[in-house]
Amino acid sequence: MDSLNSLIDGFGTALTPLNLLWAALGVLLGTAIGVLPGIGPAMAVALLLPVTYGLDPTGAFIMFAGIYYGGMFGGSTTSILLNTPGESSAVIAAIEGNPMAKAGRGSQALAAAAIGHFAGGIIGTSLLVVLAPTVAELAVDIGAPDYFAIMVLAFIAVTSVLGSSRVRGFASLLIGLTIGLVGLDQMTGQQRLTFGSLQLSDGIDVVIVAVGLFAIGEALWVAAHLRRGGGESIPVGRPWLGREELRRTWKPWLRGPVIGFPFGAIPAGGAEIPTFLSYITEKRLSRHKKEFGKGAIEGIAGPESAASASAAGTLVSMLTLGLPTTAVAAVMLAAFQQYGIQPGPLLFEREPELVWGLIASLFVGMVMLLVLNLPLAPVWSKLLRVPRPYLYAGILFFAAVGAYAVGGEAIDLVILLIIGLIGLMMRRYGLPVLPAIIGVILGPSAEQQLRRALQISDGSITGLVNTPFSLVVYAAIAALLLWPWAKRGFLRLRAARG
Amino acid sequence: MSTEPTPGTPPGSPQESGQPERPRPSRWQGRSELGVCGLLLVVGVLVLTDAFTMDTVASVRGPVGPRTVPLVVGVALLVVALVLAVDVLRGGRGDTEGAGGPDGPEETEGAEGAAETKRAGAEGAPVKDEPGDWRTVALLVGVFLAFAALIEPIGFPLAGALLFWGSAFTLGSRTHTFTRDPLIAAGISLGTYVLFHTLLGVPLPGGPLMGVL
Repeated sequence: MDSLNSLIDGFGTALTPLNLLWAALGVLLGTAIGVLPGIGPAMAVALLLPVTYGLDPTGAFIMFAGIYYGGMFGGSTTSILLNTPGESSAVIAAIEGNPMAKAGRGSQALAAAAIGHFAGGIIGTSLLVVLAPTVAELAVDIGAPDYFAIMVLAFIAVTSVLGSSRVRGFASLLIGLTIGLVGLDQMTGQQRLTFGSLQLSDGIDVVIVAVGLFAIGEALWVAAHLRRGGGESIPVGRPWLGREELRRTWKPWLRGPVIGFPFGAIPAGGAEIPTFLSYITEKRLSRHKKEFGKGAIEGIAGPESAASASAAGTLVSMLTLGLPTTAVAAVMLAAFQQYGIQPGPLLFEREPELVWGLIASLFVGMVMLLVLNLPLAPVWSKLLRVPRPYLYAGILFFAAVGAYAVGGEAIDLVILLIIGLIGLMMRRYGLPVLPAIIGVILGPSAEQQLRRALQISDGSITGLVNTPFSLVVYAAIAALLLWPWAKRGFLRLRAARG
Repeated sequence: MSTEPTPGTPPGSPQESGQPERPRPSRWQGRSELGVCGLLLVVGVLVLTDAFTMDTVASVRGPVGPRTVPLVVGVALLVVALVLAVDVLRGGRGDTEGAGGPDGPEETEGAEGAAETKRAGAEGAPVKDEPGDWRTVALLVGVFLAFAALIEPIGFPLAGALLFWGSAFTLGSRTHTFTRDPLIAAGISLGTYVLFHTLLGVPLPGGPLMGVL
């Protein structure tokens, strides 16, 4: 097994003291961020992008991955104890977990969630080890038209799958693409949307866009709606599971990754859909259907496991194809760009130490997270006492530091603020943020691949569809676009039969 | 969050946040979204103007020049602005939780609504424009701009502390305005300065204060 050897080498990288430190820092930060309401891992990674200026890539990505996974662990703690999901994937945990906590079974709910995340993460990461090199190998021959097709798929998928309104998704995507256009054209050096400004001819740094959209936008949005005094956290003891609970949870833990992993790998919005699907599945399969909604432990175990596995699936697409399927992956891709590393099929060949070190550190991080979250969950819940004004003032502060660190110029802060205000407007009017950030990050490379493909075919449009791979991808895009009509037809059919 | 949630009720649902009924978008709200359409329209025109006024003297390599993509994006912006305007006028409304903001869910039936709730319930407040809320935002913008203006003349440690303190105050931290808050602000600001300037090697302006120390 080639990948097994590489993984062992990866452990060699991950277990160096310095990288262990970054992993520990990542999972600690991630858990803290997951616990704190209103801060997601995407914002956290965005705020930490400036560390890429001073850190080697392996260490930085080990830390970012720790934040990603840690955020999921921490998010369920808040959901269960406070009924305020720290992020979208933890919503389901609140439905079943909070009633359990209210009924005095919070310890069991926390344990089911933490072990669920652990199981999902380990299974998902193992699948990543097995599948990622194969995918990379299959994709190694793909050329410009295929890359362009994948990027179009990403654009269409994030606008069509997420949210209820496609036109708002497209509006968001176009805002992102426009921001991505600013600067010098990569192929000809032509100035675009710079309005003669020297500042803008370098383009708008992706760090500023990510921090502006995720951190400033979110902080301003919360500021506009900050209601003093949140809920009260339910005091809870050390998480543990009895024999009866274990009997009810082990199957959901194992079923979760089956749903979570594939959904993480496709651009369908990350952990939201798989957690929901896993919840429905567990409800259907459970012998305790009546308990659902009132605190059924299966309803925590399955979805939480699915959530962590979906994070592993996300990494497959990001590392092998350079295709970000969630906001966190998009921001991590921005970090890759900061280092001048292009994730894609060749990443496994060119940067084996980085990739396998990162994957090995995921296993290490999982163990750390289990240790951190099982005995220490009550300690983490104390974080909920941080006053909200400090929390959001801190976000604004670190966002400002990050933007200033990019180029050391005060004008960047003004650009940051403008992008933050755009982010605020998007939140206010229900424009999803993810398409915008994907547009900024993938837009310029999509344009380059498009032009390269058309150069090869000498301008003939057939140059975009002359590979089997690109045809498959365009078929998937067509299916996505037609899906709402297909669904409507299906529902009508079912209604007619029922 | 004081009321007991009904079984099966997703978090952050209107019942829970003490809202007797779902907030209906007022006429003003329905119209204010047209501002978004206007913005898209303006940006679209801007992108197209820029594309048309480009000098194509620059060596064009390949059949697709630097103009093509801006033209496509610009036209798409105009189309989306138009479609969105039609949608708004017909009473369409964005799925505000989709953006990850704190807001009540659109649907509240069983888990289906909850899957879309996202971080809702964090604050539990439905979208409602209140003058006070937007004053907070305006004040924060002011504090932030002041930071941008001050960072170079007075240095990062002082300007950063002011940014944190001012933001916390604006966001409603009133009990320790002159005791705990400035201490925390100064601590965070100095700590960050040391971390970035000394440890990470990212230069931040020290200002006169660091010159004295």
